[in-house]
Amino acid sequence: MSAAVNIPSQFEIVDQPLDTQMTISMGPQHPSTHGVLRLELVLDGEMVVKTTPDIGYLHTGMEKLFEYRKYQQGIVITDRMDYLNPLGNNLAYVMAVEKLLQLEIPERAQTIRVLFCELQRIASHLVWLGTHALDLGAMTVFFYAFREREKILNLIEAASGGRMTPSYFRIGGLMMDIPAGFERRVQQFQNDFPQAVKEFHKLITGNRIFQKRTQGIGYISAEDAIDWGLSGPSLRGSGVNVDVRRTNPYSSYESYDFEVPTEADGDVWARYMVRMREMTESHRIVAQALSRLRPGSVKADAPKVVLPDREAMKTHMDALIHHFLIVAEGFDVPAGEVYHPIEASKGELGVYIKSIGGPKPARVHFRGPSFINLSALPHMSRGCMIADMVAIIGSLDIVLGEIDR
Amino acid sequence: MEQKAQPNVPENQPDLNPAGSTPSPAATALQREHPEYVTEVVAALAETTLIVPREQIAAACRYLKSTPGLEFNFLSDLCGFDRGPEAEPRFEVNYHLFSTTKHHRVRLKVLLNEDDPHVTTVTGVWRTANWHERETFDLFGIVFDEHPDLRRILLPDDWQGHALRKDFPLRGYEPYSLE
Repeated sequence: MSAAVNIPSQFEIVDQPLDTQMTISMGPQHPSTHGVLRLELVLDGEMVVKTTPDIGYLHTGMEKLFEYRKYQQGIVITDRMDYLNPLGNNLAYVMAVEKLLQLEIPERAQTIRVLFCELQRIASHLVWLGTHALDLGAMTVFFYAFREREKILNLIEAASGGRMTPSYFRIGGLMMDIPAGFERRVQQFQNDFPQAVKEFHKLITGNRIFQKRTQGIGYISAEDAIDWGLSGPSLRGSGVNVDVRRTNPYSSYESYDFEVPTEADGDVWARYMVRMREMTESHRIVAQALSRLRPGSVKADAPKVVLPDREAMKTHMDALIHHFLIVAEGFDVPAGEVYHPIEASKGELGVYIKSIGGPKPARVHFRGPSFINLSALPHMSRGCMIADMVAIIGSLDIVLGEIDR
Repeated sequence: MEQKAQPNVPENQPDLNPAGSTPSPAATALQREHPEYVTEVVAALAETTLIVPREQIAAACRYLKSTPGLEFNFLSDLCGFDRGPEAEPRFEVNYHLFSTTKHHRVRLKVLLNEDDPHVTTVTGVWRTANWHERETFDLFGIVFDEHPDLRRILLPDDWQGHALRKDFPLRGYEPYSLE
């Protein structure tokens, strides 16, 4: 195992004259491929000479489906892409449509969106932490991480009714306001979480085996990371300080006080540390969002786009008509095209929407961060040991639902 | 609908994306230095789109990447669009560029005819374009010349047709079988 540490990933491996290479298929049912990813590995002994990812097992034609659905019906499709970060996907999609419609979102709705996105980021990182440690043989972390994630899923469920597929953000605001007593429940999670992070650090950060298996493995330099289009924690693990929340702020992120953690080493360990520190930063943002919640509307003032409140619908004729028209016919979106990037838990999640007018989009394209991060895997895994492959895949934090779409 | 389609961002509108507000420095620089790279500049919704002739796309990308002050060293996204079987030119390829140092964005667009959907690859400029272009080839049938590994990526190798074309039915032609 220690031999792999000394081999730089740019190391050119000459074809073996003795024909000792072997090609094996890793996945699609391999537990550490986090879904249905197949890797075609060319091995020389235990060393990986060449990696060819084979994807598409989960392809369900979601981008095609968008073109046959009204704008508001597309939100539920986004939940199913990166199923560990559904609220981030919701946000990217609805903000792109709002940009086409040039809608102003009320401050309360923006704050709640930030609150939920950061909670979701923590939840997504907790799944990564649990499974990444599990892949490397540390089983206990999984239970601790999922215990904390359960609390966040309960919060999401309390607000939206769904745990994995909330569809909580709607075009023009939110589905509905947060329930009574919700702030208190978030505060409870906030009080408990720092202790949980300490436990995670105690469990694996100081663990010699975990360190040996992650430090110096899967190295990628800053230039290569940019060239390969890595984003999110995978890019910041190579020392590049780029976070869409800072570079192109959205949903009032520019007014929050948080750090963008970076690590210079560019290996699995650096990406691990970035995500661990990011959870603490997200925890800080949640605290700020919580203190900013002021009473107000959570829906934009656009009666032809946003569904009216239930009470208004029962008492006002025009609200009833608008409700009927939005549900039955949808709303017209002016022609145009937008590309809206957000910082999802895995990196830059960009949504490209092309509208030619009418209630259905002409094209919706998702720039899934997992898709692009995975494309750099052959580069990062050259010359590594086959056992380290598992660590490198885990450090990229891929979700196949988003890769295959 | 109160909002009308706006070809340009009116001055009283809130600046939705300050980093990409008009006029983009990239657009003006590219037009001044290399007018042959740009046939049209569209500024709408706080985003800048440059229409680039398809022969020039790789050169334009290389220029945008390497010029100090522009430094578009990060290809955010590359995606296709089908305007429909009747439209001419039928296909669009969109390149969304980003700079990790200057933090600005720009969109390049190449228009392609149906009978000759070929465009030069930009994998030589950014290696990340590899999978983007494979995906666009897979779903639209747009061929990226000189691409090192142009195979289908999401759909099976023996799939017939290109699924995101407008004339491809939503449910496909017939149930796909592995046999």
